[in-house]
Amino acid sequence: MAQAQARPAAHATPTRDPFGAKPIVSERRRALRSFTRNRTAVVGVVLILAIVLIAVFAPVVAPYDPLAQSVRDRLQPPSAAHPLGLDDKGRDILSRVIYGARIALQVGIFSVVLGGAAGTAIGIVAGYVGGKVESALMRLTDVLLAFPDLITGLLVLAVLGPGLWKMIVAIALTIAPRFARIAYGPTLTIAKKEYVEAARSIGVRDGRILTRHILPNIAGDLLVFASLWTASAIRLEASLSFIGLGVPLPTPTWGQMIREGVVHLTVVPLYSLGPGIALLITVLAFNLVGDGFRDALDPKSRT
Amino acid sequence: MLRHIVRRLLLAIPTLLAVFTIIFLLVRVAPGDPAVAVLGDRASAETVAALREKMGINEPLWKQYVDFLGGLAQGDLGRSLISQKPVGEQILFVLPYTLELTFAAIVIGLALGVPTGVITALRRNKPVDYLGRIFSLVGLSFPAFYLGILLMFFLAVKLNVFPAVGAADFSQPLKNLHYLVLPALTLGLIETAYIARMTRSVMLSVLADDYVRTARAKGLKESSVLIGHALRAAMIPVVSLIGIFAISLIGSSVLVEEVFARPGLGKLMVGATKQKDYTTLQSIMVVYALIIVIINLLTDLVYTFIDPRLRYD
Repeated sequence: MAQAQARPAAHATPTRDPFGAKPIVSERRRALRSFTRNRTAVVGVVLILAIVLIAVFAPVVAPYDPLAQSVRDRLQPPSAAHPLGLDDKGRDILSRVIYGARIALQVGIFSVVLGGAAGTAIGIVAGYVGGKVESALMRLTDVLLAFPDLITGLLVLAVLGPGLWKMIVAIALTIAPRFARIAYGPTLTIAKKEYVEAARSIGVRDGRILTRHILPNIAGDLLVFASLWTASAIRLEASLSFIGLGVPLPTPTWGQMIREGVVHLTVVPLYSLGPGIALLITVLAFNLVGDGFRDALDPKSRT
Repeated sequence: MLRHIVRRLLLAIPTLLAVFTIIFLLVRVAPGDPAVAVLGDRASAETVAALREKMGINEPLWKQYVDFLGGLAQGDLGRSLISQKPVGEQILFVLPYTLELTFAAIVIGLALGVPTGVITALRRNKPVDYLGRIFSLVGLSFPAFYLGILLMFFLAVKLNVFPAVGAADFSQPLKNLHYLVLPALTLGLIETAYIARMTRSVMLSVLADDYVRTARAKGLKESSVLIGHALRAAMIPVVSLIGIFAISLIGSSVLVEEVFARPGLGKLMVGATKQKDYTTLQSIMVVYALIIVIINLLTDLVYTFIDPRLRYD
């Protein structure tokens, strides 16, 4: 008896359909539940939290100063004092890997926020306004989309020069047209829906229609896309740093460390491989979360 | 067929013009005087002025633009700002290396990715499927340059089976292929992850289709249902995506050429970027744009060819 009473309490929030046994669950709650039950997605969230904490508390977590050089001890293989060894200037590799998370996360998050906001704005305005604005914006988007992300990033960085914010801008510019595409399609369909027409007929301003009626309807797609592109942005930053462009020395970045370590692969393998593992785990974590979001929000994957 | 091709070619022209214009303007807004970049900070004002005159950057912007397009129309990609050599020759020399690498990577990706995708789809939610999906996810997250370094570390440095860096020219085909293995494997394995994932999801949706059920109900052998009906239909979206894969591979080849110190378009571009050789950079971008347009055109043609629903005329 006690058990039978305890059960509905667990479902207390969803109201029951008066004509059927199925509980009515709000879409958001259903998606959230499906996400938290997805083991790989939860692993992704835990990993991201851990990386963020490590990045924020880098001065506490890192055993040494990432910039402290000791040329006499350069290129030391791993030891108890230096678990990943020392780099070509005698700096502690582990500490540099830990500090490298800061650049990776900053670039990943800010470039997606910047590029995502700009791209989404372009996409929904083009889809909602239509006409010449639409064709001009989407033409430009298609031209920018034609190039692989790395090549666009490389070209923009070549023109802008090195620097953290320039790197963020370069990656944001490669991301923006992709968000524009994602936002554009659904906006076209939603803009023709009756409720949008109704809103317009009672005199709701365009800006409000865009933010109140259109944006919330594509928010799910954007969320999936944003997490997957954070993964790609982090990978792009590392790739551009690996090429030797981007955040200037001596700030530790994973891509730059991997590059420096390649020539010393035989002496201190972890010089390259250590930051690489950190990079791989970070990119993987964001991809896991993005996949989890997609599965949770996809109506087809409902069971 | 011919009309369709001509139409597509004509449609590509405005796109290319837009791309060329963007590239032209982007390179012009780059900070710094290119003449100073060549001569160094200590050059006298007269020398700089003379070089600027020779480079043609004293001309008004519109005239430079007309010259640039006129040159392109005649197949002239201009001269390198730094070495003063014709850029076209350099590009023609390295282009085969990049194309060879991209092609090999697609072959590897298809050869490994399609079977993996099909098997994981057939064994849905079985251990093989989980393994394949984990492999795909890790593959999707692997930065190309890092996989390259890992392969180099294990297969070249530790086991010494393949050369770690460099390339051999095309007059020695076997040696050339020997140098190609690691770079091609790097890109090919990452491509495998994409293709496997894609094939799996397409295959799953095709297997649920009515005509597959009909084929089974007719009593066809399972193998002919899978190969003749399901796989054939599943291949249409996969093939259409090969073009997109090829374009993204051309992007990643920049990294792989950098890791393995292989000649190629990407390596040339990185070199030009670091030297601020803007004319070379501009010409390389033009070539990339042309390659992308050609790949898109080919994909479009192949697509209409393999998908009976899309036959024009």
